[in-house]
Order: sequence, then structure tokens, then C-alpha cells
Amino acid sequence: MQLCLAIPGRLEEIRGKSGIVDFGGVRRTVDLSLLEKCKVGDYVIVHAGFAIQILSEEEAKSTLDLLRQLEAATD
Amino acid sequence: MKTRQPKRDTVTIEQGSGGSAMMKLISDVVLKNVTRWGRGGVTLRDLDDSGSIVSGDLEIVLTTDAHTVKPPFFPGGNIGTLAAAGTINDIAVMGVRPLAISSSLVIEEGFKRADLSAIISSMNEVLEEVGADLITGDTKVVEKGDLDGIIITTSGIGVTPRGKIVRDSGLRPGDKIILSGSVGDHGMAVLSVREGLDFELKTKSDVGPVWEVVSAAMSVGRVTAMKDPTRGGLANTLNELATKSGVGIEIVEEQIPVKPDVASAAEMLGVDPYAVTNEGKVVMGVRSRDAEDVLSSVRATRRGREAVVIGTVVKEHPGEVVLHTRVGGRRLMEPPIGDPAPRIC
Amino acid sequence: MRRLRTEERISLDLSPFQSRELVERAAALLRRIAPKEELRFMHVCGTHENVVTRYGIRSLLPPQIRVVAGPGCPVCVTCPAEIDSAIQIARKHATLFTYGDMFGVPGSSISLRDARGEGARVKVVYSMADAIGMANPVAGPSVFFSIGFETTAPITASVIRSGVPKDFAFIVSHRLIPPALVALLDSGKVEMDGVICPGHVSTIIGTHPYDVLAKEFGVPVVISGFEPLDIVLSLVELVKQHKRGARVFNEYSRSVKPEGNPRARRLIDEVFETCDMDWRGIGTLPSSGLRLREEFSDLDALKKYRIRVRRDDRMPTGCKCSDVLLGSLSPTQCPLFGSRCTPDSPVGPCMVSSEGTCRTWFLHGGQDS
Repeated sequence: MQLCLAIPGRLEEIRGKSGIVDFGGVRRTVDLSLLEKCKVGDYVIVHAGFAIQILSEEEAKSTLDLLRQLEAATD
Repeated sequence: MKTRQPKRDTVTIEQGSGGSAMMKLISDVVLKNVTRWGRGGVTLRDLDDSGSIVSGDLEIVLTTDAHTVKPPFFPGGNIGTLAAAGTINDIAVMGVRPLAISSSLVIEEGFKRADLSAIISSMNEVLEEVGADLITGDTKVVEKGDLDGIIITTSGIGVTPRGKIVRDSGLRPGDKIILSGSVGDHGMAVLSVREGLDFELKTKSDVGPVWEVVSAAMSVGRVTAMKDPTRGGLANTLNELATKSGVGIEIVEEQIPVKPDVASAAEMLGVDPYAVTNEGKVVMGVRSRDAEDVLSSVRATRRGREAVVIGTVVKEHPGEVVLHTRVGGRRLMEPPIGDPAPRIC
Repeated sequence: MRRLRTEERISLDLSPFQSRELVERAAALLRRIAPKEELRFMHVCGTHENVVTRYGIRSLLPPQIRVVAGPGCPVCVTCPAEIDSAIQIARKHATLFTYGDMFGVPGSSISLRDARGEGARVKVVYSMADAIGMANPVAGPSVFFSIGFETTAPITASVIRSGVPKDFAFIVSHRLIPPALVALLDSGKVEMDGVICPGHVSTIIGTHPYDVLAKEFGVPVVISGFEPLDIVLSLVELVKQHKRGARVFNEYSRSVKPEGNPRARRLIDEVFETCDMDWRGIGTLPSSGLRLREEFSDLDALKKYRIRVRRDDRMPTGCKCSDVLLGSLSPTQCPLFGSRCTPDSPVGPCMVSSEGTCRTWFLHGGQDS
């Protein structure tokens, strides 16, 4: 059982300091104490039962765009 | 670590998991002490899913298994389903129709009668599906604390014309590898209700008899080798087939069906879905010319609907399974050691 | 392997990070821009090694680009004496809760698993919440073996700040990545042309702790995510920096913010203070560990049960895990790999831990290239 591993999931419910996160069909209770704020529908990175960050969709897109930029820079 | 070998004079939990640790226990302790290991048919030394004894023109196939799954009830089935299906399948993957099973129950004092009844009913459902019978059994009750709940040992028999058994050693270069459906379902379903690891999984255990899948395949094409990917999962099965047949296998990872929630759960627990037990699947080697027909035939069965060709047998790298990964990389698919989690079957 | 499919009911589509086409494009780009000389890029995360190996990423790279695993396995670098202390506690004083990954790693002789087999009270948990939930002061005291890098430290800190059950203490064994990288570069113990920084440690600490690597050591730095595309993109960036000058680039910007997770960082700061720490197989690395601050010292299990931890950072006799941890030997170059040292009968922690490079290579067919 891995330690470094943190995987993304969708925050489906918030119950006080914890929430239910859906990881591609698997639902688990997750502690939200490390997040300043979050809302249902956010995608969170979860490590050892704790959400450590909210994933940014915009940044994900921009990282994908990075490939195109890097290719353009070397052509 | 070798600074101090902790009690190598006792059996360890790793030795029960179906991997190389167990194989070593078997060769060191079991095979070493047995001189009557069978002649003429599939012997103890072959370490195949079942054994066989030749009698005139017939071969009688016999198999046995003990079932210790914890907890005894899990999404998709229970220890009864598992016991009956597991034994039925060990006969079925020899290419032989399962005829009958026996069942020995060892029950802990205090076990709920209603649970026991449900377990036996589930065994019966499996038998109904296949048309096989439970013809004898045994029942013991031990004092509370001497056992964890219930252990069921089932044996099964089938009969076939001599020489018709499908072994796990018959693969030839060019054969296609067909997998009858998604992997990881059973292992993850059981882990999902194991104490201390609670997560909700939609996918249930795949536990069930595969005779229909096997006979659908064999009726339209040449099946050259066959195994059910139970302990050690798909990875162990493919490696055993490669080793026993003396061939290499190339697998296309994208073709291996893994349900998304099973994949997520496995990822979360750091468990390899290719190393986890399946209880309702078959891996078969099929002569390449027959692969299309076998695939259609299997897909028409209840438990083979998602069957797919996952790879090819080659003469290179004999005994090794090469995985072509989803992103175009290559690596070896190694046989797992031990079990990602104990007592899944 | 987790499949992210576009049909799933998620609007955040991460499946392109596993796309064969995109990974092949990135790999092709890498092949175009890679210089002739060999470049060694080191990562310090067991999960990075896992992804590299399982996806066969090394087979996609040009031969002169080497991805080398560094000391990114928290369990592998935990010292034998710490494990021995945990065993002692489990035998004599309290129920010992541990993450599963530490369970099978031997200290100076046996592991927590062996100890449990002999009757010691050890329980494996996935999360600290489980440990808290299972702790029963009526049945006796509990101790949590808190290990890991900066990703796990805030979890312990958060639990300590929000109130710990009665009779619950901690063995604190946290190590810090940036100080370790600095110490390793300073000592000349590792040679690298660039660092692939761990995405989830960085999610906590942000990007600035790595500035010193680029500014003072001139080492290219890329903070990388964990999907195959992340890794290959990060390698392209590292090659670029090798040509144009070192800086810190955040490839994993969807999770890593420059300031990291401020709340997590505050919690770490409130509960812990930095100290020098021994890394098994490597030695003492200055300011590379955490210990409980004075005001929380009553939660320190080693103090509570008066356990003296002697200094010992040795690997087992004959084991070459040190070399593997420092990236100077790959697992297959170790003469014990696969013969005398296997997951069934391991010689060193790298073969035991699920983050261990040797175990990853053994289980998933790792090769040099």
C-alpha cells in the first residue's frame, strides 16, 4: 500500500470537516482539514485519507498546451 | 532481511498466497514427501489446476480446494459461491465438463444458521448453472476461537476421453491469448469490505462458473492451453502458461479490460489489478486461425460477453511475458510474489 | 492502472495525460532536442519510479537520457533504530499503528510484521483517521508511527492540532526533500544533470524551496506530475534548461501552487521544528528532518516510554541499497538483485517497500533501458 501515492477524485459531499470523494467510481471518506476552502464539484488530490489540494482545470489545460508550445519552440 | 531469519521452521502467511513462496513450500514439503503422485495422467508434479487418472479409454479429472475468504459474504457472492465455482472452474479449464462436487464444511461454533443456509443455497445456484451435482460432503464444528468463521473444502470430478485434457503447457508461437472478461473484480470487491479498508465499489465480485465459456470456445476452435486467473491474477497465469509451454507471450495492455472503479480502487491501495484474484474468468491460448470464431462464440455466453484478444504467443523470450504499455512503452509483466492482500479466496 | 476515460462523469479530463499519442509526441520531441552526451536526471519519489517502470517509459527515451531513482522512498531511509523503537513499543507499551508500507521493513533484525507474528500489538492503517478511529484508550495506549516526507507531515500536524485522543502518542519520523537534495549536492554524493521534484511534496511546500538548487548549484529543476505525459514533458523541460540555464519549472501546476498549501505549511510549522536527521544508508543530512516542538513533547512516544534511540543508519550487511538510493547503482546492477534478494526473501528495504526502487523493478520488469 503506497505512501507517496495521491490520486485525484471529485468531491461529492461535504460533511463538516470531511467529505465523500469519488475516485472514478470508488467513493471514500476524506478529511478536508488541510484545505482552506472547497466546494462540492471540486476535484481534489487525496493522500493517506486527506485532501491536500484542489486541482485546477485551467492549469491542467495549460500543461497540455505546454507540449504544443515546446514543439513550436524547437521547430 | 537476512540479519535474522524469523522462524523459517514455521509456515508464513506469504506461503499461502499462491505465488513463488507457496510454490517453494509445496516443492520443499509436499512434493518431497509424496512418492505416489500419479502416473499416466496429469500428476501432482504437473501442478496443474486439476489432476487426472487414466482408466481404460477415459481420464477421470479430480480437483480440490479449500476456501478461506474473509469476510465470508462480499459483494457479488459468498464463500459458498466461491467454493462451488472455484472447484467447477478448475475442472472446466482442463476442458472437461464438471460432473459432481463434494463439500466439506468446518464451522466455528456460533456461526449463524441463516448464514450457513445462504452459503449452501449459493453453492446450489452455481451447480444449477452448470448442471453438476453435490453428491457427498462432511460437516465438522469446532470450538469458538479455533477457527475464523468457516472453511469450505470442495473437490470436483469430471470425465473425458483419454488424451483430451487441455493442459497449461500447450501454447505454440502464433497462438492468440483470449481473456474472457475484466480482471481485478473479485479481489477488489473482497478488499472493499475488508475491515480497516472501507471504500464503496460499484463492481461486484465476478465469482461464477466458467464452463459455458469454455465449452463455447472448444466447440468452435482449438484451445491449446487454458487456466483460470485465480491466485496471482492475470500476471501469474500468463507467466505460468509461458513457462510451462516454453514460449514467450506479448500482451497489449490497452486490450486488458479493467473496470474504471476497480482500477481506481487498486491504484488507491497500491495493489496491482493484474496480480489480484479473479473467480469467474478464463485465459486461453487459441490457434490463431480459430481466434475470431472462438471470440464470437465466447462473447455469446453470459460470463464471456467482454472477451477480448489480449496478446500473442511468440518464440522469442521464452518463459517471459512482455507488456506493451498504454503509452507505447515496453516492460516485462512479472509473476507476482505473495498476495497483495491475504485471504481473498 | 487507473483509467481516466472521457466518458466518465467528470468534467476535469485528465485522460490526455495518459494519451499514447501525446506521450509519443513528447518522446519524439525529446529525441530531437537531446544532446549527444549522457544526461542523468534524478527523481526523489517512489511513485515517480513506479510510473516510469509500469509504463515502460525508459524504453521510449533516447539512450543518452537516463532517469535515475534517488532516495525517494521514505520507508527505505527510516533508520533501523526507529523501527526497533516501534517494535519495542508494540511489544511492551502500546498498540502500534503503522502505514502498511512500513510493516515489512526490518529494523536492525526484525520487522513490525515479524514482531506481530510473535504477539506484539501492531495494526496497519491506510490513514491516520483510521488509527484514531481504532484507538481505544480503555484497551490501552496507542502510538502512531508517523513517517513520510512533507506530504504526510501536515496530516500528523493537523491531527495533533485538532486534538488527539487520550493516551495517543507519536513516533515522529519525517524527512524533508529540499534540504536533503541540497545536502546531497553539497556533499558530492550524487551527480545529476537535473532534478525531477516530487509533485505531492511540492503540492504542500510550493516551488520556492527548490530555488537554491537552481540558483546556487546551477541544477535544472522541474516539479513533475505523476502521469506518463507529465514525466516526459518534464524531461523535455530539463533538457531545455540544461541548454539554456537552470531554473525551477513547475510542470505540475494543476496541483502545485508557488506557495504550496499554506494551511498545511502553517500546521507543520506550528507542530514541528526542523532538525538534523539520519537517512538510512546515507548518513546525517543537516536540517532534513522534523521533530515535535517542545509544547507537544508529551506526545512524543519515545520520551513517554523512555526509549533511547541510538544512532544507526546502516543497511543490512551486504546490502547495496545505499548505492541504489543515491542513484549510483540501478537495481539490476546489484549482484543480489533477483537472486539472493527478492521480495520473498529481501536483503534490504528497497526490496521491501512499495516505494523501493528494487521492489518496483522486480515486480514490474524494470530495466536500465
